Amino acid sequence: MQIKPGSRWKSAVDTTEVVVVRPPQGDVSLECGGHPMVPMGTDAPAGLTISPDFSAGTAAGKRYVDETSGIELLGSKAGPGSLAIDGRLATLKDAKPLPASD
Amino acid sequence: MQTHLLLEMSAEAIGERKAFSTVEGGMSYAEAFRRAKGGAAFLHRMPGDKVVFLGHNGPGFPLALFAAGLAGKPFAPLNYRLADADLRKLVARTAPAVLIADGPMAARVNGIEGVQIVTREAFEAACEDEDNHREELPYVDQDIAVLLFTSGTTGEPKAAVLRHGNLASYVISTVEFMGAEDDEASLVSVPPYHIAGISAVLTGTYSGRRIAYLHTFAPDAWVMLAHAEKVTHAMVVPTMLARILDAMDTLKIELPHLRALSYGGGRMPASVIERAMKKLPGVDFVNAYGLTETSSTISVLGPEDHRAAFTSEDPKVRARLGSVGKPLHTLELEIRGPDGTTVLGPRQSGEVYVRGEQVAGEYLHKKVLTDDGWFPTNDAGWLDEEGYLFVEGRLDDVIVRGGENISPGEIEDVLRLHPAVKDVAVYGLPDDNWGEKVGCSLVCEGSPSTDELAQWVQQRLRSTKTPECWDFRDELPYNETGKLLRRVLKDEQSKAPAA
Repeated sequence: MQIKPGSRWKSAVDTTEVVVVRPPQGDVSLECGGHPMVPMGTDAPAGLTISPDFSAGTAAGKRYVDETSGIELLGSKAGPGSLAIDGRLATLKDAKPLPASD
Repeated sequence: MQTHLLLEMSAEAIGERKAFSTVEGGMSYAEAFRRAKGGAAFLHRMPGDKVVFLGHNGPGFPLALFAAGLAGKPFAPLNYRLADADLRKLVARTAPAVLIADGPMAARVNGIEGVQIVTREAFEAACEDEDNHREELPYVDQDIAVLLFTSGTTGEPKAAVLRHGNLASYVISTVEFMGAEDDEASLVSVPPYHIAGISAVLTGTYSGRRIAYLHTFAPDAWVMLAHAEKVTHAMVVPTMLARILDAMDTLKIELPHLRALSYGGGRMPASVIERAMKKLPGVDFVNAYGLTETSSTISVLGPEDHRAAFTSEDPKVRARLGSVGKPLHTLELEIRGPDGTTVLGPRQSGEVYVRGEQVAGEYLHKKVLTDDGWFPTNDAGWLDEEGYLFVEGRLDDVIVRGGENISPGEIEDVLRLHPAVKDVAVYGLPDDNWGEKVGCSLVCEGSPSTDELAQWVQQRLRSTKTPECWDFRDELPYNETGKLLRRVLKDEQSKAPAA
């Protein structure tokens, strides 16, 4: 599926929501808890459960990346499912906050 | 990524925490998000494709900013201190638009074609109107978040375009989500039409740090509010800091809750920052350098850098107290020569170029980025061996005397150390022999002779940097955000008969 920058997605199996900070190159499957995520505002398929292989959790305010596709996601709502791209677990991006300057 | 998602996230995660306040009251993140959605439904129904804001800061300002984003209309805050004729000219440029105006300001912009006025009171009431909350918000696909008319020190204001992507990138890459303790509060006294006013809303919201608003900066009011609100963080421009320190002495008020004070928007005199660090030893000082066109901060001199420089015996380290620190790790920064392509080495002065996701470098109908994405800042500066950036001021302000580049700031710093000098501006004046010569305008206590002042500079710098024209006056011209209007003095003195 085509994934646009700024687009928002929700998990089909838990409370996780993300926003796309940087789009992937080409079409990928964006997944959470082992199942494809769905665009915000659409209904997720019923009856699915979290896969134990994708259950380490997603945090709000953390950024996740997949080097292969180049996608970068921001967790906008936390949940027990882990993010993955085409079955590859996304990795947490190191962030170095600045001292408050505004 | 849309900037109003930042508020939605905080409303979700720390909904009960107080978000924005003034002495009259305030609201939580959840409440702010609820009201912004009500305001968005209202703004969406109004004619016009932009939301113009003419008013003081205060909780109504972040509400309008977020509501405009949710409604898919770029937000354009205007400078209410402009003369009526200039203000009306700017408003006309925003048509078709809906304009939210503080009650007393509404009459100033009446009857401009294509601009529908609502008062701030009516907008705030719409934010709370239950009918507006029942409305489903439309899907929006607007990537311009803010249009900011640059204060500029010359010429017609330009409308800088800041996209949601630029601002959101700055926030999520430099601020930790919910990183603030729940007792933290920052005092914001910059107006809504300043980039620091916009970025303060976004970084405050994302970090979960309450914003306490002060409508208009006055030193006594600032100190009293900081004390009453137990303010932990604040941002000031250099001209404010000395006055705040004076007010603390006069009022005999200490600020035990203050943990961090950031400053930017102009050159900080060494004497002022040193005095501040002595008076407030427990406070973390942060010097932030940025431009409207870069979504705020691009370089930071942090608390540890301040302390290291302050206590160092090494003149090179000590000098860093006058630097703006190191560029953010999320962007690239280079110093380039006059050809715009040659990258200069340490201690070579040139133009500051910057590239990164937060860098907008765009005006309405005009992109100013190079083909490969670099933004020429029009600021002159240089890097030291360890990558600390020293900003010398606007490129146009650099004085070229007989082929030598002279930075006004360096001479101003030296003159400011003279006990009789209270304020000073240095600029270039036309000269038949040298192309330009050094001129200066001074505010003094007592009446030091020009010989004495010239000798003062010559002993500390060198003769080519010694001012040749002296102009004494009661005060120097600043714009309302504290920027010295060097150009005004330069123009005046260029026409004046030689002194």
